[in-house]
Amino acid sequence: MTRTIVAMSGGVDSSVAAALLAQAGEDVVGVWMRLHDVADSVSEFKKSCCSLDAAEDARRVAGQLGIPFYILNLEREFARGVLEPFLAAYQEGRTPSPCIDCNSFVKFGALLGQARRLYDAEFVATGHYARRVTRSDGRAELHRAKDGDKDQTYFLYGLRQDQLAASRFPLGELTKPEVREVARSLGLATAEKPESQGICFVPGGDYREALRERAGWNPKPGAIVDADGTRVGDHAGSAGFTVGQRGGLGVALGAPRYVSRIDPISNTITLGRREDLETTTIELSTVSFVDGGPPSADEFRAEVRIRHRGEPIAGTVRPAESRARPRRWIVETDSPVWAAAPGQAAVLYDGERCLGGGRIEPAATASATSSSTSSATAAVA
Amino acid sequence: MAIYLDHAATTPLRQEALEAMLPLLGGTYGNPSSPHSFGRQARKALDEAHERIAARLNCGPRELVLTSGGTEALNLGLKGAAWAGRARGHRIVTTRVEHHAALHALRYLEKFGFEVIELPVDRYGRVDPDDVDAALTERTILVAIGLANNEVGTIQPIAEVGRRILTHAPKGCLFAVDAIAAAPYLPLDVDVLGCDLLAIAAHKFEGPKGVGALYVRKGTTILAQQQGGSQERHRRAGTEDVAGAVGMAVAFDLAAAERDATARKVRKQRDRLKSALLALDGVELTGHPRERLPGLLSVVIGETDGGAVVTKLDLDGIAASVGAACTTGSLEPSHVLTAMGYPEDEARGSLRISIGRTTTDDEIDAALEIVPRVVVSARAAASVLAADPLSEGVLM
Repeated sequence: MTRTIVAMSGGVDSSVAAALLAQAGEDVVGVWMRLHDVADSVSEFKKSCCSLDAAEDARRVAGQLGIPFYILNLEREFARGVLEPFLAAYQEGRTPSPCIDCNSFVKFGALLGQARRLYDAEFVATGHYARRVTRSDGRAELHRAKDGDKDQTYFLYGLRQDQLAASRFPLGELTKPEVREVARSLGLATAEKPESQGICFVPGGDYREALRERAGWNPKPGAIVDADGTRVGDHAGSAGFTVGQRGGLGVALGAPRYVSRIDPISNTITLGRREDLETTTIELSTVSFVDGGPPSADEFRAEVRIRHRGEPIAGTVRPAESRARPRRWIVETDSPVWAAAPGQAAVLYDGERCLGGGRIEPAATASATSSSTSSATAAVA
Repeated sequence: MAIYLDHAATTPLRQEALEAMLPLLGGTYGNPSSPHSFGRQARKALDEAHERIAARLNCGPRELVLTSGGTEALNLGLKGAAWAGRARGHRIVTTRVEHHAALHALRYLEKFGFEVIELPVDRYGRVDPDDVDAALTERTILVAIGLANNEVGTIQPIAEVGRRILTHAPKGCLFAVDAIAAAPYLPLDVDVLGCDLLAIAAHKFEGPKGVGALYVRKGTTILAQQQGGSQERHRRAGTEDVAGAVGMAVAFDLAAAERDATARKVRKQRDRLKSALLALDGVELTGHPRERLPGLLSVVIGETDGGAVVTKLDLDGIAASVGAACTTGSLEPSHVLTAMGYPEDEARGSLRISIGRTTTDDEIDAALEIVPRVVVSARAAASVLAADPLSEGVLM
């Protein structure tokens, strides 16, 4: 029988993903990935999805389901695929997207590789809300989940065709309330567990601390300037900021100001009015397409999301470089998007189908760039 | 049906022990401290358990303190001896390869001003008796050494260490022997060993879990580590697990009676597996080649994660271990292999297969087919994964 490894986080979603496969009589193996040493702190970081309590929950559910369960240590793989890019991004004035990297390089990267090569498994299943649709020609497409509000394709756009073909998303056709219902009806230990919040490896959400501890970040004070270049204040270290951030600037000007640009070289934070952060042109780097290539070699129409749960904005996508398989593309949106934060993902859709995406590059000149709402956080799944 | 080759972690409860325990779990429920007929009945069973174990250790029944297992026996023995000896000194000598139940108990004592000397071991995990000698000072109150190592099976020159202590240690310095891993296979005569304290755990020799014993030589004072009633001659408060004690006594008695035959059998089975594994590329025996427990085979597999091997073995129906039973997925290499001089990367490739009295030749035949295959494929997979750990290349 074909074996599937289920990445169980100890949350209700992956518990139910495992349950659905197990109930179908499949050869299912549950694993909990130990990704970082935050896992050593048992109860201090209860809110984190990665504490040992979570491993215990996953183990308990696997026991209830009667499936084998193992803890796999992927600390080194996580450090290389997620943590190092995360810390580097902040130091380059970008807003990192650790959950996307975790999917591409850990869950459907390192874990899938081990599943295939070490454990005779064909598939890796997760509790993501997404759908894999197999086309008549045998190729796999990534589609938005039935529960549009929970849809997590934004975090999965980076999967290659071979990765997607080896992935399973048992929750794709379910809504969150239905998932809870399954968990309750099976009496799973995690049925009533609250949603996990925040970045799993940054307990308490203070990524500045993580920067200091893990990347040896030594914050250097610098200037905060207004759009016209006037120095309006000082900051204690530019890696502490995110484009689109409003609070915590220590600057009082007439109209509300937002971080519009972070320049790690000159160590300068540039502010702008709300409208200064609007743009209709987004340049993307490290673009990948789920199908292996773009729908069209020159330009194509698509909807773009520049944040998880962001509104899809229609636009035209064209290559920004003239090479065989361009990695840099430009999205011209029909209407402005606000606070496109460098480093965050812009994900391309054709209706329900996720085509792929890339990382937002800083705008060529001042004016328009940025992140999520008013808080300085990385987007998390 | 899966094949159990992890007898160093624990063993199945043997039928005779189970049958002896059943009346104590059912009908005979009295508290051994009670003065009435119910209590007397339980007391009689408890006394007999003491006597039966004592006979096999060559000690008196009242020199035995029954505990909740090996960890408690070690904690009680080591902490109890340290505190009782506090007036005479604060120095404790041990080795770097002790089980965590001993090592962590001693490190805990360091917080209270005790000085713990952890002696090095050689490539095979053996301590040099001369090093023990050299570490003994006028302030040394306790020497604690494991008779056999639970991870690599190496047997320490314990009688020689005992002689050194007898001749060179200050008066009152106690010698504690952790015999937990050794108990199923090595004769445990407290006079031959020359020890003052000795710990055993029932579940390592087909007795029940949650029961152990600490031998305390007559005239030796240890401080009780839990307070309450006067059970076990004031050394271990708490109502006794009579059924557990009886189960342990039966299992220990039988294990001792059958010791030579069992050792011969498991050694033969172990050697078949050993030849097959050591014939593979990149597989190296850990621990002493001869002075080792007969049922224990421990190796390191080059450039391979032992955890992955154990996981795949489990999926293929073989229960083995990386060494100590670790469940948190920590990358921390084994302190035993580290002390033996294995660098972190090599230590990570550890695999322990431990055979028991109940292991059949058919099971070894099956293991001979499965284990080498899994080791070879895991090693091949490891080299592919090392080249592309995040699967950035297209998966086949």
